[in-house]
Formats: sequence, C-alpha cells, structure tokens
Amino acid sequence: MKSIEISPSQYVMVIDADRCTGCGACMVACAIENNVAPAHPDATDRTGVTWMKVVKVSSGNNGDGKPACYLPLPCQQCAAETPCVTVCPQNAVEVDQQTGIVFQMSQRCLGCRYCMAACPYHARYFNWWDPEWPEGMEQTLNPDVAPRMRGVVEKCNFCHGRYQAARASAAEHGQASSDPVTYEPACAQACPTRAIKFGTPANNEQGVGDLVHSSSAFRLLPRLGTEPRVYYLSKHKWIRQMAQMEKETSTGEEVHG
Amino acid sequence: MNSGRLSFLAGLVGMLLIGWVFFPSLLYQKEPQPLQFSHAVHTGEAVGMTCDNCHTFTADVRSMAIPRLSNCKECHSEVLGESEAEKRLVDEFVAHDREIPWRTYSRQPDNVYFSHIQHVQIAEIECERCHGSHGKSETLTDRQINRISGYSRNIEGQIIPGLRFKAWDRMKMDDCSDCHDERGASNSCLKCHK
Repeated sequence: MKSIEISPSQYVMVIDADRCTGCGACMVACAIENNVAPAHPDATDRTGVTWMKVVKVSSGNNGDGKPACYLPLPCQQCAAETPCVTVCPQNAVEVDQQTGIVFQMSQRCLGCRYCMAACPYHARYFNWWDPEWPEGMEQTLNPDVAPRMRGVVEKCNFCHGRYQAARASAAEHGQASSDPVTYEPACAQACPTRAIKFGTPANNEQGVGDLVHSSSAFRLLPRLGTEPRVYYLSKHKWIRQMAQMEKETSTGEEVHG
Repeated sequence: MNSGRLSFLAGLVGMLLIGWVFFPSLLYQKEPQPLQFSHAVHTGEAVGMTCDNCHTFTADVRSMAIPRLSNCKECHSEVLGESEAEKRLVDEFVAHDREIPWRTYSRQPDNVYFSHIQHVQIAEIECERCHGSHGKSETLTDRQINRISGYSRNIEGQIIPGLRFKAWDRMKMDDCSDCHDERGASNSCLKCHK
C-alpha cells in the first residue's frame, strides 16, 4: 500500500485527547452549523446523524492512571486510498486536491451506503428519516450549508461553508482563490478546553504544523494506510496503543451528548 | 405529397407546438416584478451610471447584489419625472422606508455556492458575460418560476430544446463548468457546491 505525504497546504485537524472532557459542545456546535436536524424519536446511536461524535474509550484497567478518555470522531478526511471514494458507484465523494477535504455530494448520492461499510472510522451517517425541525427552528438554518434529504449519506466536511465564506472574504481583499485561507470549524471554535486545533501545516495556524510532528501525535488505525488528516494527541501510552488496534484491548464505546 | 405524410407532418408540428409552446406556459408560473424599472434610462447617456454604482458586492455571498432602497433614495427622495412607476417608488417604498421586494432572476439552487466577488474582482469577468444586455433593458420581464423545481427559468434556460447560443441563455452546471474549463479554473465539486 502506497503511503503519501500530506501536502503542507492542506487542512489538518489536531485533537488533544488529554484535554477533551467529553462535554459534547463540539457535537452541538457541529449540528447547528451544518443544519443537522434534531434526532428522530426512533433514532439510535447507529441511526442518528452526528458528524462529530464523542466516543468514550476505556482502558479496561482501573488502577492505571486515567482509566478512560474521550475521543471526538469527525470524518478523518483520509488522504490516501480514501475508502469511501473507491467504493462509491455514483462518484458522489470527492477529495479536493487543494484543501484535502473529502466532500460528500449528497445530491448525487443514491443511498446504497457502500461508503458507510467501507469507512473504517464509522464517520458516515445515513438519513433514515426526513430532516424535521421544530416549528420556528427552521429559521435558524445556516444558509451556507445545504440541508440533506432522507435516503442520502452525509458526513463532516471540515465546515466547508465556513471555508467558502473565508475564501469570499479573502477575495474581497484581493487574494487569489488558489491561496489557502484561515478559518476555524464550528467544533474547534466551540471547544471550551481548546482541545481541537485546525489549520494548514504550512502556515502553522494554531501551531498545527508543529503538533502533527510532536511525539504524542498519533492517528487512528494507521496500519490501514488511509493517511487521515485528523491527528490526535495524547501523552498516555495506552491511548496511543489503542489507536493502533494491533493488540486486543477492552474498549467500550459510549456516546455522550 | 400523399395524405399519410401530410398528416404525419401536421401531427409532428402539432406535438412540437404543444411541447415547446403550450407546455412551457403551463410549467412556468409568471411573477411580475413589484415595480417597473428601466436599466436603459439609468445606464443611458442622460444619467450615465455603471453597473457597480448600484450593484455592489461584499464578501457576504448571500447578498445577490440586488440594490437596496438606500441606493434608489440617493436620487429618488422625491418624484423625478412623470412615470407611474416613479410615483409608486416614492409613495409606496421611499416614503415608508420599505425595501422593494425584487424578484431575483438568477437565484441558484440551495446547494450551489456562488460568489460574485470572486468572479468580478479576482477573475475580472465583465457583467455582460453572464447577464447579457440586461443592463440596457427598457423593462423588467416577469420572473418565470418552474412549478415543479421552484427554480427560475433564467437558470434552466429560455430556449426549450436546451440550446445555448450565448452565455446568458442558460445558467446550468455545464454552463458554469464550460467557462471554468476555458479559463483553467478548478472544476472540483467543492468549488461551487455546499
């Protein structure tokens, strides 16, 4: 499997697992920003839509320091062998070469959910129900993000609406559209402990250029060779080992928020 | 010409008329503009305004660059000239400080992202490239809304067989991407979709 180097001008997200308190503010901010409708009464952890999902991971060892941690799980924006792109029969998923963002074209999606089966990170969600907002709440929809319909798959796209807005204001100041722009996704902005950092390594916004090379940086399931653009940080060895998933660990997932 | 061929031709012409003239008139709902307006008077020699005197762009892509009442009020704080529309402008809108609810011809679907500022300011595309001679028009035509899709006919194209002779005949995705190709701009989905 060929491994590619992530271009320094493409966006990366760095999530500090040691700082995450599992409060779920990122999940709420994400849903509001991206017009995710309130969950259907019948929705479960598997059938609801949560572009950003905070999972609780237990070390299975109560005596060994911090016994559990929380990991915010957005789409990992795989840079190589992007599994959802390969399997999509509709060409509804695209990796943008300039930004590195993996984008789901929901209008083109036929709802076969191959991508959900292919995604090793369970970061994709299917709309089992029509999105419905309580009376009056539809007026709070974000006009920069198109709502999706029942029967299509959706996922995190690094707050693409905010990227477009940042690009437009860069253009107002005469900056060409090929130049990278600085912006912050809703989850990073909402995080009370500033556990989520975002930017391009080349410009080193919020220090991401240094963080991805730090000794505590790791990525989820690196052996798959998908080269995610979402990095995690932890000083705890067991958390870093858990991300490798090479040896058997007792992990239990639990959704909060 | 035998009668069989004649009736075939008559039928063909009849069906084409139904498909290209009668059906479109059913399909599109006509919405008149709230006020008549002549671009020609404003851009003509007597006044000599340019597009960007009223159609200003900001980074806010939601603004369609439709002029606000304050633009009109700069000159039309009281009735100028004789026309009925002029009187209505002052009586109904300027006097009450009420925005004119213009009907946008070119509003794109919800999932399309379009920024004037990137096309006009960065790519330096002339207004006429996409809007044709709209700036010299004498009257505002009715906006035609597709009863099924809810989109304006300016997006879907005025010419029913789907032909495009001039850039402003149609504003569909292929028309955008043709120009992006010509200019070497990216045709990545993300550039224009949200």
